[in-house]
Amino acid sequence: MNASEIFEKLKARSREDIEFQDSPLLPFIKVKPDSIRNVADILRNNTDFRFDSLMCLTTVDNPTNFTIVYLLYSMKHSHKITLKVETPKDNAVVPSVEKVWSAANWFEREVYDLFGVRFEGHSNLVRIMLPDDWEGHPLKKDYQYPATYRGVVL
Amino acid sequence: MGLIENRFNKNFIVTSADYFINWGRANSLWPVSFGLACCAIEMMATGMARYDIARFGAEAFRPSPRQADLMIVAGTISHKMASRVKLIYEQMSEPKYVMAMGSCACSGGPFVKNSYSVLKGADLIIPVDVYIPGCPPRPEALLEGLMKLQKQIRRRTIAKK
Repeated sequence: MNASEIFEKLKARSREDIEFQDSPLLPFIKVKPDSIRNVADILRNNTDFRFDSLMCLTTVDNPTNFTIVYLLYSMKHSHKITLKVETPKDNAVVPSVEKVWSAANWFEREVYDLFGVRFEGHSNLVRIMLPDDWEGHPLKKDYQYPATYRGVVL
Repeated sequence: MGLIENRFNKNFIVTSADYFINWGRANSLWPVSFGLACCAIEMMATGMARYDIARFGAEAFRPSPRQADLMIVAGTISHKMASRVKLIYEQMSEPKYVMAMGSCACSGGPFVKNSYSVLKGADLIIPVDVYIPGCPPRPEALLEGLMKLQKQIRRRTIAKK
């Protein structure tokens, strides 16, 4: 299935409020934060979609919001789709999809580590790459570089 | 009748303790086997047959820092790794030597500006004897650094550290 067919089928299967945006490079489905768990569940478990692989989960720091990007791939049907979820910058909280794809565990920790987006329902949301006592989230556009870390000049 | 009796009576060498000790130290440098980034691949290549670091007596890469006396800091040191690198250095027994291999270990390399996670040179946390520039340095450069270190060791005296 191509991306628009996937969207039409998904629209028929779920009652969630979703939008489709076509582009030759990366066609994506825009999902509300509250619906991501249900949409992910349908895409993962429905035999027509069977998106069994979460290839990547990352975030874009836009001027007004964070956009969480989910890149999905189906090993069975060899089709792929992208999901995007927008969340406000001052209170960035998105439901975790760890229960749907266990690969999301580390991806979400990475996004939390570098952008500070919190994932509700994640089993172990702690930093994955930076030291535990690090302050701030370095990939945010408004990140201020600290002068020193543990007495060593940065 | 001992085994060596009457066999070495015409052969003996007179030398200084310094020369003898330094000769031993310089020609059996045992590196710690650990690598931090891509420089470690060049370090491994140096250990293999084509470049053969064994020609300089430094082929015994020890997995335990307590058995080693040379630390080749091969690669990028992130701030998270810095405390571990320092711990390994402190676990090594005296006399111990450090070679900073590659631009990252010398100065931070390509990460020297605007990097939040990379330590700007191994010499910020541990004393470095030889710096080997390059990104990564070729095995010949590592061997050149090793020979420089051997030269340094041969000049030392046990009277002062």
